[in-house]
Amino acid sequence: MPIDKFVKITSPAVPLPIENVDTDQIIPARFLKAVERKGFGENLFRDWRYLDNNEPNPEFVMNKAEFSGSILVGGKNFGSGSSREHAAWAIYDAGFKVVVSSFFADIFKGNALNNGLLPVQVTPEFLDEIFETIDKNNKAEFTVDLENQTFTNNTSGNSFEFEINPYKKTCLLNGYDDIDYLVNMKDEIEAFEQNK
Amino acid sequence: MEAKTLFDKVWDAHVVKKVEGGPNVLYIDRHFIHEVTSPVAFLGLKNRGLKVARPDQTTATPDHNVPTTNQHLSIVDELSRNQVDKLKANCEEHGITFHGLGTEGHGVVHIIGPEQGLTQPGMTIVCGDSHTSTHGAFGAVAFGIGTSEVEMVLASQCIMQPKPKKMRITVNGDLKPGVTAKDIALYIIAKLSTSGGTGHFIEYAGTTFKQLSMEGRMTVCNLSIESGARGGLIAPDETTFEYVKGRKYAPKGEEWDKALAYWKTLKTDDNAVFDTEYTFDAADIEPMITYGTNPGMGIKISENIPTSDGLKGNDKKSFQKSLEYMGFKEGEPILGKPVDYVFLGSCTNGRIEDFRVFTEYVKGKKKADNVVAWLVPGSVAVEKQIREEGLVEILEEAGFELRQPGCSACLAMNPDKVPAGKYAVSTTNRNFEGRQGPKSRTLLASPLVAAACAIEGKVSTPTNF
Repeated sequence: MPIDKFVKITSPAVPLPIENVDTDQIIPARFLKAVERKGFGENLFRDWRYLDNNEPNPEFVMNKAEFSGSILVGGKNFGSGSSREHAAWAIYDAGFKVVVSSFFADIFKGNALNNGLLPVQVTPEFLDEIFETIDKNNKAEFTVDLENQTFTNNTSGNSFEFEINPYKKTCLLNGYDDIDYLVNMKDEIEAFEQNK
Repeated sequence: MEAKTLFDKVWDAHVVKKVEGGPNVLYIDRHFIHEVTSPVAFLGLKNRGLKVARPDQTTATPDHNVPTTNQHLSIVDELSRNQVDKLKANCEEHGITFHGLGTEGHGVVHIIGPEQGLTQPGMTIVCGDSHTSTHGAFGAVAFGIGTSEVEMVLASQCIMQPKPKKMRITVNGDLKPGVTAKDIALYIIAKLSTSGGTGHFIEYAGTTFKQLSMEGRMTVCNLSIESGARGGLIAPDETTFEYVKGRKYAPKGEEWDKALAYWKTLKTDDNAVFDTEYTFDAADIEPMITYGTNPGMGIKISENIPTSDGLKGNDKKSFQKSLEYMGFKEGEPILGKPVDYVFLGSCTNGRIEDFRVFTEYVKGKKKADNVVAWLVPGSVAVEKQIREEGLVEILEEAGFELRQPGCSACLAMNPDKVPAGKYAVSTTNRNFEGRQGPKSRTLLASPLVAAACAIEGKVSTPTNF
């Protein structure tokens, strides 16, 4: 499915200062039974976000009225574990456009990029600064500029230049996806098969 | 000529195109699909008006969702049944081989591929499942992908991937008695952490891996993803060729000779360079078990649970959160901890060798009354072999019963769920919070350790095996 374009956003951020947030926490396996891509956002962080009686857990950050925004900030090694793309879908469908961490698991990172969800990897020090800024002011805003590859803490004015594969950057800026690219390569792929 | 690693040789032979400033377009030889990560990909194809490019290189089986009892009946859970039915319908529409429940080819996707000879040295293999790394045991480049990528492969038989970095993990020497392939893997993950392998493809080298059976090698490669690596592989040798030869989809006659000649070239050149190297001594490895909520939190079963001394900030908080979830205290022994459930099975340890080891240990003993044990073969073929070898009678005598194949309690998408707060010693791959059921607590271990725990009814070391 074609992805939404991503250019630049300014938003407060939702902090999740937990390390090794695995894809089973992002969306537990029992919520992977749909055959269409819908409804996953409701079950994002299901077992942390809801109590045993299915009421929202008031202690969980997404249930606190003072936190909002389209940027999710996680601890290091975010997205480890299963290859389920449902994890990226759930985060995106819950309204996030950017995930920030000091380290991402490979498959999660690829899945995020394939869905218009931008993974921004910053240094551990910068991650600490982001958490501290939100801790002091939960409405503090951050600006993510894909064209210039910068993540800016608008409170401190500090800016971090993040890395992204130039091809993936072009895809996100324009809303292109890899399938269009590959389908257009049909002749080259068939030639490759002949020579194998 | 530039010296190449085994990984380079296989990867480079499949690059259709290098996108400027971007990933490689990689040709895929074998695509395995299952019911959970494929439906949205098929929907994507439909929306674009595309057909599956190479149905003959695609194989399907429902495994994640399926019950492990009464498989001849309709699946009770409506959503699970719908996913399984959808996979079957998609396969019929696109001409893909589908191994349905109860048929002789059915089983966990990473078990049936090697069994049927679909997995061969030098191939590129993908599946929408992170444990696709299992197939690396044959000297294949095999890795897990997301659903968008499943759609790419269905549509074009190619995938766009940046080439990973290369890591070599060398283990030399003989294993101590009671130490199995699973212990080697848990030992490595404990050393590397769950992110130490990220960005890399691992080659496992050294005499210890050479001595492993194909089943053992599959267990090691299966767990590569748990260190964060995309995959892991082992150079094919006589053990590999012997395993592949004669299987249903293995090359035959002249094709076999040709394939074999190529497979024999699949090894790392002497002076090839890796980005990262680790070397371990087999003599240092003991039976392992995990105490926390990620597979890197593993210790020798004889050791005490580590303390958070020396950790700070979020590291310390995450460690403490993990122990709190498990109901364990820092510094206490893991031996003697309660065990409520024992699970033998999954793509990690659901092969015949795992059942032999387990059965051998429990032979003539009795399962502890406080333990519920689920023994789930990885495939119909494994189940058949268990019966043919007379293992069922021994298991039943010891108080165990055999279930039907599937992923089962490894991820608890089916009815096999460990209840909240209960402890499961599991031969699987992940001990994440709630992995085996909401609020369940998982201790990862080998089939041998699981057998000892099932007999003693608490965390125990195997003895007198």
